[in-house]
Amino acid sequence: MTISRRRILAVASAGLAVTLMPLPAQAATDAGDLIARFTDGATPGEGPLTISAPQIAENGNAVGVEVACPGARSIRILAPANPNPEVCTVHFGPRAGSRTLSTRIRMAETMDVIALAEMEDGGFVQASARVRVTIGGCGG
Amino acid sequence: MERIDARPRVRVPRSASPGEVVLIRTLANHPMENGERLDSDGERVARHIIHRFICTFNGDTVIEMEIEPSLAANPFIEFEAEVPESGTFHFAWHDDNGDVYEATADIEVA
Amino acid sequence: MISRRHFLQASLAASALLGPAASGQWGRLAAQQRLSQSDLLDFDTFGNVTLIHLTDLHAQTQPIWFREASVKLGGGDARGQPPHLVGEDFLAHYGLERTSAMAHALTHVEFEALGQAYGRMGGLDRIATLVGAIRADRPDALLLDGGDTWHGSLPALRTDGQDMVNLMNALGVDAMTSHWEFTLGADRVDQIVSGLPFAFLGQNIFDTDWNEPVYEPYRLFERGGALVAVIGQAFPYTPIANPAWMFPDLSFGIREARMQAMVEEVRAQGADLVVVLSHNGFDVDRQMAARVQGIDVILTGHTHDALPEPLLVGQTLLIASGSNGKFVTRLDLDVRDGQMLGFRHRLIPVFADAIDPDPEMAALVAAERAPFAEELAEVLGHTDSLLYRRGNFNGTWDDLICTALMEERDAEIALSPGVRWGPSLMPGDPITREDVFNVTAMTYGQAYRRQMTGAEIHGAMEDIAENLFHPDPYFQQGGDMVRVGGLGYRIAVDRPMGERITGLTHLASGEALDMDRAYTVAGWASVTEGTEGPQIWDVVSDHIRKQGRVSVPGNETIEVVTG
Repeated sequence: MTISRRRILAVASAGLAVTLMPLPAQAATDAGDLIARFTDGATPGEGPLTISAPQIAENGNAVGVEVACPGARSIRILAPANPNPEVCTVHFGPRAGSRTLSTRIRMAETMDVIALAEMEDGGFVQASARVRVTIGGCGG
Repeated sequence: MERIDARPRVRVPRSASPGEVVLIRTLANHPMENGERLDSDGERVARHIIHRFICTFNGDTVIEMEIEPSLAANPFIEFEAEVPESGTFHFAWHDDNGDVYEATADIEVA
Repeated sequence: MISRRHFLQASLAASALLGPAASGQWGRLAAQQRLSQSDLLDFDTFGNVTLIHLTDLHAQTQPIWFREASVKLGGGDARGQPPHLVGEDFLAHYGLERTSAMAHALTHVEFEALGQAYGRMGGLDRIATLVGAIRADRPDALLLDGGDTWHGSLPALRTDGQDMVNLMNALGVDAMTSHWEFTLGADRVDQIVSGLPFAFLGQNIFDTDWNEPVYEPYRLFERGGALVAVIGQAFPYTPIANPAWMFPDLSFGIREARMQAMVEEVRAQGADLVVVLSHNGFDVDRQMAARVQGIDVILTGHTHDALPEPLLVGQTLLIASGSNGKFVTRLDLDVRDGQMLGFRHRLIPVFADAIDPDPEMAALVAAERAPFAEELAEVLGHTDSLLYRRGNFNGTWDDLICTALMEERDAEIALSPGVRWGPSLMPGDPITREDVFNVTAMTYGQAYRRQMTGAEIHGAMEDIAENLFHPDPYFQQGGDMVRVGGLGYRIAVDRPMGERITGLTHLASGEALDMDRAYTVAGWASVTEGTEGPQIWDVVSDHIRKQGRVSVPGNETIEVVTG
């Protein structure tokens, strides 16, 4: 497993001193690998999967994310630009009331957070949400 | 690995009607040390997380989660369950150190 | 039957007609060098509900100079629209005479010369007189405070906001919302709120563990036979723009869906009028007004804009009442059967020399200041040039603060936050300890000194520029552009993030900023917990004492490019 060893940017303690520029090319490569690992190489399509996250993270250490996908067997959340890009995988059991999960994730920098769902028919679908992580700190 | 006072907490409705879908909310205290952080001496702090969460109702699975280091500290997990009859939710958080933090909640279905 | 929309448009047209007419009147008064309290209060009571709006006082209890921005660019569609018009463009848009009192109050045009004619603005005792006079017309007028009230002066800092709490209680506020209040720390806010005799509203403040509302979202008031709902909206980006560690258990955000739900909830409870008391900032409010249905009035705040007329978005009136006590808005409304059928509006400029101080409030203010009287009055030096801050980029106050940071802290480059608060000083004015606190007072004023590479400085500036010039208002957060000392740059505000800032020049050497080299940077207002260093007001005071007289020319090392 290749995990990029990009320095963690301690967002909460950044003040004005740390730059948080996204590295899109690198992240895109990582994301492709990560997705392939979950889908066993299959290319995910589009489906009823939704991912909701704030456009701007208040705190990169805890960003609320909600995923929902009627007909999903399981859903994985990925934060591709994190040093540890895998966040979690939820499997829905017989008593699940919906195929929905809300949780909070770490984000080292601005990125597209990815959700991948494995459907009951064995297919895969993907969705993503852009979240901006900023150093802020300029009052108002 | 150090012991954690996880104080698991759950919010589950006290009652519901048969077949109703109810909202389940859970919180546990945990630093979710991701294995990337450097301490004040510049040494890498070893990974120490909750790596698995499972919720059952009367023995049947509601959800089961594999958790990685990018989940935020103090894991917050919210989902929905369908309750066909009265019974008990059981919740378990599995720590890398082998500890399992547990909670239960009863619901009256009528 | 005439639709509500028609009524509103007719009513707005009437208001627009009043604007230039009123300004003409101001012009004549200017010529006579005379302004009277009755001129300022002239208002034909209208309808059945009166709202009085005051916002962003920043603990300014005394009359002050406050030069409005000469550069206040908006992002995206807001460019060239109010409130982003400044100077001559503003005067032309609203038909104001360039030497009129309102021109002086609302723009930077000939600020120094007109200041001599019209005098200082603001003062809580003058505001109390205006509020009292409005209440004489309409005893049950609602007084709504948009927040940024408990912060921004020496007494407020030393009393943890208690002076302002006492004074606003005496003024008789009915509801407030918040932003800088939270820099007192969440515990202190809760301590104050538990004793407030009025509503502390914020529909968008949640706890970080269960994500549940923390403060009252709205309050209902019976006024003039109508049920008035006031929904509070705190500054959505408080944990980003200010130190989140001071209120670690709180989460903010715009929370537009909950705002819509609250509007529906109060309507279901029979609200005839829905007012949002907001600290979103004007452009965010404009967008929210277009996206959330059913709001009658948004009392805007945060961005310190003052507009002589309401701005209509769909059927929602946006009111902008300025800052630092310069203005009080009176908005009379005709509210019947769940509908706002018409309005009459006046942005009342608080010309301190024209308004009799309310003696009771004047005594209360004096009592709050008394423990600090000696320190407040200490003269540190004099200024030979106008000192001001407000605007997108470095003002002269900022340049002075940056110079103080570089000289007193032996740094190559200085960074100073682009906050919008901070009154001005006129050429020739003494600079007192109070004046320095008025532009620096905060609970995290430590002046840090650290190494940053050219690339880190560039990255930070790009990030902050993105927060200011993002074309989508919902992405705009915090204040104006970070102020820099010892550094020149060119900013193409309409370029994407990462491409706006070019030509970074280390001014002392005249050389391009080396992206790989580490520079010694001094700054203040870091949001990092545990930041160490002397307080910024002491750094600036020391510098001014040493200088005796200061003169700060306008900043010519920042080039702003649009398009």
